[in-house]
Amino acid sequence: MQPGQAPHGNLHHRLWMYEAMVKSRELESRIKTIYFEGKTPVFNMAKGPIPGEMHLSMGQEPCAVGVCAHLRPTDFVTATHRPHHVAVAKGVDLRKMAAEIFGKKTGLSRGLGGHMHLFDAAVNFSCSGIIGEGIAPAVGAAMAARIQGRDDVAVSFMGEGATNQGQFHEALNLAALWKAPVVFIIEDNAYGISVCKAESTSVASNADRAAAYGIPGVFVPGNDPDAIHAAAGEAIARARAGDGPTLIELETHRLEGHFVGDTVEYRPVEERERLAELDPIQLFRSRLIGDGHEASELDALDAEAVRLADDAISFARNSEYPALEEAFAHVFG
Amino acid sequence: MSSVDVMQETGAKTPAPRQRRLTVARALNEAIHQEMATDSSVVVLGEDVAKIGGVWSTTVGLLDAFGPARVRDTPISESGFIGAAVGMAAVGLRPVVELMFVDFVGVCMNSIYSLAAKQRFFSGGQVTCPMVLMTSVGGGYSDGGQHSQTLYATFGHLPGLKVVVPSNAYDAKGLLASAIRDDDPVVFMFHKGVQGLGWLGTVPRAATHVPEEAYLVPLGKAAVTREGSDVTLVGLGLTVHHAIDAADQLQKEGISCEIIDLRSIAPLDRETIRASVRKTGRLVAVDDDYMSYGIGGEVIASVCEDASITLKATPRRLSFPDIPIPFSPVLEQGVLPNSEKLVALARQAVLEK
Repeated sequence: MQPGQAPHGNLHHRLWMYEAMVKSRELESRIKTIYFEGKTPVFNMAKGPIPGEMHLSMGQEPCAVGVCAHLRPTDFVTATHRPHHVAVAKGVDLRKMAAEIFGKKTGLSRGLGGHMHLFDAAVNFSCSGIIGEGIAPAVGAAMAARIQGRDDVAVSFMGEGATNQGQFHEALNLAALWKAPVVFIIEDNAYGISVCKAESTSVASNADRAAAYGIPGVFVPGNDPDAIHAAAGEAIARARAGDGPTLIELETHRLEGHFVGDTVEYRPVEERERLAELDPIQLFRSRLIGDGHEASELDALDAEAVRLADDAISFARNSEYPALEEAFAHVFG
Repeated sequence: MSSVDVMQETGAKTPAPRQRRLTVARALNEAIHQEMATDSSVVVLGEDVAKIGGVWSTTVGLLDAFGPARVRDTPISESGFIGAAVGMAAVGLRPVVELMFVDFVGVCMNSIYSLAAKQRFFSGGQVTCPMVLMTSVGGGYSDGGQHSQTLYATFGHLPGLKVVVPSNAYDAKGLLASAIRDDDPVVFMFHKGVQGLGWLGTVPRAATHVPEEAYLVPLGKAAVTREGSDVTLVGLGLTVHHAIDAADQLQKEGISCEIIDLRSIAPLDRETIRASVRKTGRLVAVDDDYMSYGIGGEVIASVCEDASITLKATPRRLSFPDIPIPFSPVLEQGVLPNSEKLVALARQAVLEK
């Protein structure tokens, strides 16, 4: 993929979105399985080949692919503590990403960052483990593009919980004031750990908050890749044209817990049971077939996604851990 | 001296058979329950503290026992709800606020540093800030550099905050009760490595006998966890257990360690540290915060400033090096303080000519 090109190249963007969703899902399914290695029969977060907290994005893939389908490697993206789907859609190196999640020296950051701190400068992707902390840097990167005379944009992904952080409001005001080429994407999965949106947020729709900053606010229901693609396309084109920021609120679903090991008892049983029917990959696959795509065509994309996920995991497993000196080598230049 | 006073002087005892043993998490929870039951001005705020009883199980059952007016889940708005707690405290409530990870302090530093810590001073004593900021600290389980710090010194450095770090369940309950009843802001830092949660590794020794009735452990008073004659090991939180493990090892080599559990770092009980080093003549301080401008430096300075102490060896410190916390388990475990490193330093101190 060259700078200036959309990531899907010759592949139709809907098929690209489908494949990227499956790729993220296949990678995360493997991560989830491996995460429990060394953690049974007694679950201890510190143990196994993938220790620490693990926040999976299963169910939220449409948000990532619908937006990133419009982005070039030179466009800047910040994601959250739940970053894998966005990283995959932004074109982060899959092998290096898996190796980072395993803490190996071949990882994106030589094992220094881990799954909440994935950085791939080659495609201008980063994420952070603290809620709301990627929003202002996206505004800054967007302004830098303008100052440097590039028509690149920045996109900040955040959960609905982040909209109650001060930084959300400060960054939106800055972006509006400076007419920054940035798009704010709220992945509304309805829960901040155990606290549902109705109990944390004073307005029903976060898109309404755009009005406070005089920028467009768009709500996209249904966790629908096509609808997200359309809304994001408009906002990103607007930003690229120099017409300023947009806030987009996406309804999505967190199929897993806040982290792997979360028993999710705070969610009503009916709601949990309904989640399986809301799997966006299955729904999108059915729609594509309904629209005339052959199942075999999608199967081939599935197979490629499986191959890439297997390859990345195998690369990570077979890589070595970093030497201790590595911990001291990157504090300053 | 009552039996409670004896416990205060010496820290947790090894429990006799059939004594009730609690984890630190359950001890903290019991302290809040008891303080809320006896004082209607105590309220609890924080992320996930109500419905699920806190990510660290500190607030389990409080919502059912005391209702939603006194136990509130907050939005992810630390600057807002900690600032609000300062306002509540100014007019008669005693908020107990949980900051889920101390690492998140960056987003709400102003509410703590510029408001809570300075209310009493700026108002010339008219307005107090009787709030407790509970927060989890520490790593060792590969949660990456934004979820594993201790940041003790960041809080200990600032005038106006009392800072408490328990190493065991007995102290945890008594210190938290004291913190809630205190009229000044107390930052109560509980270490994940001693918390006793099922899903996170813990030091079994941190679960101790905890009396059912309410009791107080005084703020600002260190405990002599073990008496000894050759070298003083000073720790806090998890590193007290490193010191106990190191002392057990060194005892086999004929080296007698005295262990000081700081329990509070602000105020710092300098006199207990000095009294011990006056006796042993040797000092090794161990903490898991970043080294520079940290706990170890402060402990060593407290001793060196006292002309009545004759040192037999250069004071030493073991802490986290001055690097962000790496994710990879081999890197994190490689740089964290542990009992082996402490044994080596204490041995060096004793062998020093």
